[in-house]
Amino acid sequence: MTYNAPIMTPLVEIKDLSAGYTDEMVLKNINLSVEPDDFIGLIGPNGGGKTTLFKIILGLLKPKYGTIEVMGMAPDKGRRFIGYVPQFTFYDSDFPIRVRDVVRMGRLGPKHLFKSYTAQDDQVVAQCLERVHLSEKAKMPIRELSGGQRQRVYIARALASEPELLLLDEPTINVDAEASAQIYELLHELNLQGVTILLISHDLNVISSYVKTIGCLNRTLHYHGEKEITADMIKDGYNCPVELIAHGLPHRVLARHEEQPQ
Amino acid sequence: MSDILSYTFMQNALAAGVLVSLACGVIGTLVVLKRMVFISGGVAHTAYGGIGMAFYFGVNPILGALAFSLGASMLMSTIQRKTRQRPDTLIGVMWAIGMAIGIIFTDLTPGYKSDLMSYLFGSILAVTQADLWMMLVVDVIVIGVAILFFKEFQATAFDESFARTRNLPVDLLYVILVTMIGLAVVMLMRVVGLIMIIALLTVPAAIGSLFLKNMGKIMWLATGLSLVFTTGGLLLSYSFNLTSGATIILVSGAAYLIALLVRRLCKRCPDE
Repeated sequence: MTYNAPIMTPLVEIKDLSAGYTDEMVLKNINLSVEPDDFIGLIGPNGGGKTTLFKIILGLLKPKYGTIEVMGMAPDKGRRFIGYVPQFTFYDSDFPIRVRDVVRMGRLGPKHLFKSYTAQDDQVVAQCLERVHLSEKAKMPIRELSGGQRQRVYIARALASEPELLLLDEPTINVDAEASAQIYELLHELNLQGVTILLISHDLNVISSYVKTIGCLNRTLHYHGEKEITADMIKDGYNCPVELIAHGLPHRVLARHEEQPQ
Repeated sequence: MSDILSYTFMQNALAAGVLVSLACGVIGTLVVLKRMVFISGGVAHTAYGGIGMAFYFGVNPILGALAFSLGASMLMSTIQRKTRQRPDTLIGVMWAIGMAIGIIFTDLTPGYKSDLMSYLFGSILAVTQADLWMMLVVDVIVIGVAILFFKEFQATAFDESFARTRNLPVDLLYVILVTMIGLAVVMLMRVVGLIMIIALLTVPAAIGSLFLKNMGKIMWLATGLSLVFTTGGLLLSYSFNLTSGATIILVSGAAYLIALLVRRLCKRCPDE
């Protein structure tokens, strides 16, 4: 297969995949296909394998069984088309660096070794900061930003690599409700502009009103491109988070979806 | 004051201060930002094993220290990255074993060996012309590499997993960095001694990162501070007839405490 028409193939294709760090499988028999323009939210409890799934997609962990392709390639080749937004709790929040220099990291790659950033790089960086509405913070040290702003900087950094797919790991963890809504609003905007998004979170309530399709991940994945979480999904024993059931009738939780633009 | 500058040993010592400060500013900043202080301490102490062995076998101690310090850098960094369980314990044990090897081989070596103390506690006043050339070579390597991979070092220090997803040679960059730490250790050994290297390597950069927001500027400030500490410490030790290495370290330590205090007071101000 030649790499001429990436749009026609799924961006990520996972088949019968199992993975883990020891003999115990953290992910079992996963099947997932991410198509262009998707905006998928995967929810699941902590320890349900959300981060492991991302490591597999990014080629940081090899599957034990099954196959994974990113843009029709092995993940460690295909990951250059992915814009990755890690959980920001992993960062050293005191690291002395300016916002613009963080976003510039999205331009790095093997081809940029031994070269300095070009005017074109700086132009892309400026555009990305504008897309996340942080242009005026470009010269600020990152440690002076709020949690929500910082998360938007990391989204800009991911966008700076001009990705086909955005991968977000718990984008609203440690962020207050207002900032969290802003982040999802932004992701919705980006998706309308043609960015494909796959995100994982344990925060169902926020996800529900913005994503196009939703799935449950708790070691096994329940995802068939549905727009709602159905009572069946829960009945089938997929062990979705408790909050899901706590907010009214399970099959009505995501029913306010009709106005979602297609 | 001007009369002490006429001594060759003093001129060499001051020159050594300048050369060492350049490496300290660059490597120290990377060590502090990448949180490799403990590994650096381990590498420095393990190097003593090489000195003891070199004495025993009648080889130049600098070569022994170089071999051990580069070997320890490789081994400790592999442990740090590949072991899932308690890398700090393994590094701590190696640290002590390295020193023990040095002491045992010293015991086995017949004859006068007070010279060994100078490697433990430093002897900036005994720096020779040859040492200065060695320091210059290390500086050129260290600064050259830092300029070449500046943005990559910054990216891996800030967020290694992201750097990896951008297909940067993260592991190779790490090996390059620990090699530079190994080189810096051998260089700093002459000035403050193996036991106190860790302070001169980290304090200037730690102060810099308290006040500045840019890795390049921190390197410059750390170089400047390091120069102030080595020169100031040297002159103080000369005036009061104290051990130069220890005086340099105490000057650095005092400056660090003051910097922490100033930073704390500054936080209360609305403006940074």
